[in-house]
Amino acid sequence: MAGPMKMRATLSGGVTDVRVLMTHPMETGQRKDPDGKLVPLHFIQNVTLKVNGKTVVESQISQGISRNPVFTFRIKGGAKGDRIEVSWIDNHGETNQTETAVA
Amino acid sequence: MGANQGYSAVGGDRIPTSREMRINPIRRSLVAVLAAIALKPFAALAAAWNKDGFGAKTAADALKTLGASNPVASRDVVIEAPQIAENGAVVPIEIMSNVPGTTSIAVLIDKNPFPLVGKFDFMEGALPFVKLNAKLGETSEVRVVAEALGKHYVATQEIKVTIGGCGG
Repeated sequence: MAGPMKMRATLSGGVTDVRVLMTHPMETGQRKDPDGKLVPLHFIQNVTLKVNGKTVVESQISQGISRNPVFTFRIKGGAKGDRIEVSWIDNHGETNQTETAVA
Repeated sequence: MGANQGYSAVGGDRIPTSREMRINPIRRSLVAVLAAIALKPFAALAAAWNKDGFGAKTAADALKTLGASNPVASRDVVIEAPQIAENGAVVPIEIMSNVPGTTSIAVLIDKNPFPLVGKFDFMEGALPFVKLNAKLGETSEVRVVAEALGKHYVATQEIKVTIGGCGG
């Protein structure tokens, strides 16, 4: 199941920095478990960033992103209290999302 | 509806009793499941994923799927990454494009089994910037391709890896 997400959005010098952490194994499909069996491919494919309900970044990613992905995005301007939402979907169709207000 | 059932099972009293409190976790998970079902079609719609690009085994093939076979080398595409990564499983890479009108950035790691690791589309308000952690199986060139007004610009940097990030 989808693990917890953490996000922080801070406004500084007219730019909002959004740092988001997702809990996900990001399995490459090439790693073997202790019994020597391949661990199946399991990774986040899409990450979407929205500001006040409007999509500003659409990401497509691969299994080449590290386990428990952390991304930083930057948004021009913004105001304290703006609603920031990040959601993801993986190759199994599992999803998760989190939201925060710009501080 | 699921929420109402939870309450009616313990009678009409509006003030939550300790019994009702115990039902709360069940109710909450039910709500979560319903929310997940409701969100599914929306998420599926948003999920465009370049299957051919991510399945490509060489950077050249991946670039072809992005329509960026011959990107122009540019100093306006900036890569901030360590020259030597001790741990290939987590290599921080920061990318920025100063090319005016940049709408997307793609990141490729030439020597990885599947070089394309990410493509980021920036819409109004977002700066063409991203910081991510990538896996590097071995020492490799990292290639960042920015798209601006239909043209492609590239910057590369070599990252040396002392311990690989693939195969755990």
